[in-house]
Amino acid sequence: MTGPADNVRLTISLRVNGELIERETPVRKNLVDFLRDDLGLTGTHVGCEHGVCGACTIRVDGRSVRSCLMLAVQADGCEVVTVEGLTASGEIADLQTAFVQRNALQCGYCTPGMLATAADFLASERPRSRDAIREFMSGNYCRCTGYQAIVDAIEDVARARAGQDTP
Amino acid sequence: MTSSAESPIGASLPRSRAARFVTGKGRYTDDFTAPRMLFAAFIRSPYAHARILHIDASAAMERPGARRVLTAKDIAAVCKPYRAVNNIFPTMNSPLQHAVAIEKVHYQGEPVAIVIADTRAQAEDAAEHVQIDWEPLPAVTDAEAAASSKTPVIHEGFDTNLCFQTKIETPDIDKCLQEAAAIIEESFIFGRHTGVPLEMRTILANYDASDGILTVTQSHQVPHELQGIYARQLGLAESKVHVICPDVGGAFGIKLQAYNDEIAICAAAVILQRPVKYQVDRLEAFISDVQARDHHVKAKIALDANNDILAFAVEDIFAIGPYPQFPRSSLQEGFHVIQLTGAPYRFRDYRGVLQVVFQNKVNAGLYRAVGQPISCALTERMIDMAARHAGRDPIDFRREHYRREAEFPCKSPSNVALTKMALLQCHDAVVDGMQIRALRKEQAALRERGILRGIGIATFVELVNPGPNYYTNAGLAVSAQDACTLRLEPGGTVRCRVSLSEFGQGTDFSIGQVVAATLGITASAVEVECGDSWTAPFGGGSWASRGIMMGSEAGWRAARTLRESILKTAGQLLQCPAESLDIRAGEIVEVSGRARMSVAELANIAHYRQGLLPKDCQPELTATSHYSPRDLDYVSSAGVQSSYVEVDAETGFVRLLRHGVSHDSGNVINPLLLAEQLRGGAVQGIGSALYEECLYDEDGQLLNGTLADYLVPMAAEIPDIEIYDVATPWQPTGAPKPKGVGEAGVAGASAAILNAINDAIYPLGASIAQIPCTPERLLDVIDRARKPPAG
Repeated sequence: MTGPADNVRLTISLRVNGELIERETPVRKNLVDFLRDDLGLTGTHVGCEHGVCGACTIRVDGRSVRSCLMLAVQADGCEVVTVEGLTASGEIADLQTAFVQRNALQCGYCTPGMLATAADFLASERPRSRDAIREFMSGNYCRCTGYQAIVDAIEDVARARAGQDTP
Repeated sequence: MTSSAESPIGASLPRSRAARFVTGKGRYTDDFTAPRMLFAAFIRSPYAHARILHIDASAAMERPGARRVLTAKDIAAVCKPYRAVNNIFPTMNSPLQHAVAIEKVHYQGEPVAIVIADTRAQAEDAAEHVQIDWEPLPAVTDAEAAASSKTPVIHEGFDTNLCFQTKIETPDIDKCLQEAAAIIEESFIFGRHTGVPLEMRTILANYDASDGILTVTQSHQVPHELQGIYARQLGLAESKVHVICPDVGGAFGIKLQAYNDEIAICAAAVILQRPVKYQVDRLEAFISDVQARDHHVKAKIALDANNDILAFAVEDIFAIGPYPQFPRSSLQEGFHVIQLTGAPYRFRDYRGVLQVVFQNKVNAGLYRAVGQPISCALTERMIDMAARHAGRDPIDFRREHYRREAEFPCKSPSNVALTKMALLQCHDAVVDGMQIRALRKEQAALRERGILRGIGIATFVELVNPGPNYYTNAGLAVSAQDACTLRLEPGGTVRCRVSLSEFGQGTDFSIGQVVAATLGITASAVEVECGDSWTAPFGGGSWASRGIMMGSEAGWRAARTLRESILKTAGQLLQCPAESLDIRAGEIVEVSGRARMSVAELANIAHYRQGLLPKDCQPELTATSHYSPRDLDYVSSAGVQSSYVEVDAETGFVRLLRHGVSHDSGNVINPLLLAEQLRGGAVQGIGSALYEECLYDEDGQLLNGTLADYLVPMAAEIPDIEIYDVATPWQPTGAPKPKGVGEAGVAGASAAILNAINDAIYPLGASIAQIPCTPERLLDVIDRARKPPAG
């Protein structure tokens, strides 16, 4: 499976967490590896490298993306937001607090991807039932928690954002 | 001991570490880099069994960025071979193992060579250019075939594929089986599972020849133990090896033992004298992480004329791959099967026969709950069959046959010492909590409409927190002792370093709660650190549900010592007897409650203003305590799980509607963390019952080595897991005495599911005794029941 080697490179320019980045990168490099290894944004995690586990979920041009399935060069000209950016902007502060309060994480490895997907769910117009949350979160694997606390945390935030109290 | 009503023990406090994780600031091994770091890629055997005829690395060395190709010969120059030896089992066959295979490979995925390059991608590129000539050999894969004398022997120099065999039996078992009024039999097959921690195994090793120090950053459970292993294998002084386990992205026992590829990376760092990083990718994880639970078991239960249980008898063939995993071996899983079958119940006679066999699949290791899910599934399915034979509801049948609390401590007929277990309480907690009797009515009503629902109940017994006798007698360099060091710092913070390890359970934070409660300070005033073999006090680490059991005791002991020292110093400073003072919520108070000074003030004086102290006052501001449980070989612990499922007889799909867990968790330190441990474990057990299996073809090729093919549970398949915890309240004068819950969820879940499915398909005349219960297998048993064989 020999593809283009590391010496086949392109210069890309993109905005990552609001900062303009211009870098040369091997054309074969995954976006997740570019974020982690070239930019030091290690909050995005690699769990399977084939788009199944969701640990590398980030936001590209407003949409959820598996950064292991996207090449860095495909992000040329894009707006990329990782967990570091979501944290800095305060956009998911309530969700982060709920995850901590509910212990919706154990080892924490799936958490940044889980939060990115949860943020997507909360931004959507989907029904707020537990089943709907479970269905939406089904592209993100967690091997530790059994998912329940994750559903609890998302439900708490959905309620709070809708102006309802947590039971 | 603090008398505050707001003791941090028993409080559902969120973990401080979680705040880092939700912001992406976790630091896992792959997040670490080092100057001049190189990357490794392994060339792994594509065959399950083959001879390596020739390796030509010349083309690979021409590739961009390639720095070195290491084969067995290179590694052997700095790294000794090894074998798993356990003095308790002197008859265990244990072939010599090499970090990189020499001459022959014995499983698909066995390391054959290592390519070291400037980047990981370049290492992987170059690896494709290493030419290897192979002579494929026939593979032995099936457990029963491996046990047969007609099957070729996979290890040269051995005359059998048998690794080990043993038998536990009571003198009258044969007589008992002859005289029994009824004997019910079943043959079980358990499929191989693996742990799938989301962070794959990762290691960064660096050897500095100037000071002779090997520094290893690694995703692992036992840094102190690894320090000794790497030192011995590489011929270094133990003091010259430093192992750091930073944040660990899930472990589950998969990261407990030593791996050939990880030892090889340490050897590579010594050879290259540069930092070398290696992370298995997900596809490699499936062919190199330890797997578990490849068992074929024939089981019997014997009843008397009153349908009381007379005996259990099990014959287990356990296939472990080509080697007992180094260093602890893989036998424990088989021992659990023959030691714990029948454990919750009263019966007289027993026979457990264990045959452990070699085969050409990746090694079996000590995956979460080890053999307990197997013994539980065997026992609980046999109990259901016995209840059915007796015409009794399986809930009532269990309740009547449990060992009573007054019987403990006792020895089971399988010769296992059982400590007090709250079997009846756990049983009632689940049966009442889930309202199982009401579910029975619902089930019956739905059956009328052709809807197949089933209720399964499973009682499990675990042996947790193994004591030092086992490891001492085994001759293993495994510490059953753990320690806690507390340092009172200026500002009143207590820095707590523990030898236990943390990979998501919250063990670290919970130990901090115990320390805070014992000292009389708030949980937020304790900072817990662990995972560094040099800075943490020496000890074992976390496995076998021992983390909180060991850590809470060590922390409690150290905190008592520090508390005494704080009060003594305060007494000298305030010119009153230490006994007249107490510490409450971080304040040093008179016993009456009148505040005198804060712990922070005292700490500041003790560190910076010693001139204020009497001349004979030399405050001791650091306390360390060690603890090993000398009185018991292990603690037995119990719980009950129940599943409510719906089976679609046309598609074979199983929908899990409800699942409940009760567990005797002793004194619960943090109910929030405890519940999530139980739930996470139960979901792993549910995965193993319904979806997960490492499937191999007859040549020993893994067929489903991706996360798209090896199915782990996702959020949508899993209902809320109902927790009905049975806690024993804390006695404020003693150590907290929690019982670990790391394995409880896994131990009983698959049995509850198996029983629920069998309950659902019983009206069809079908039954299943294979895990996982996949749709295909369910359709098979349903079809067979519908079309009985002719004649």
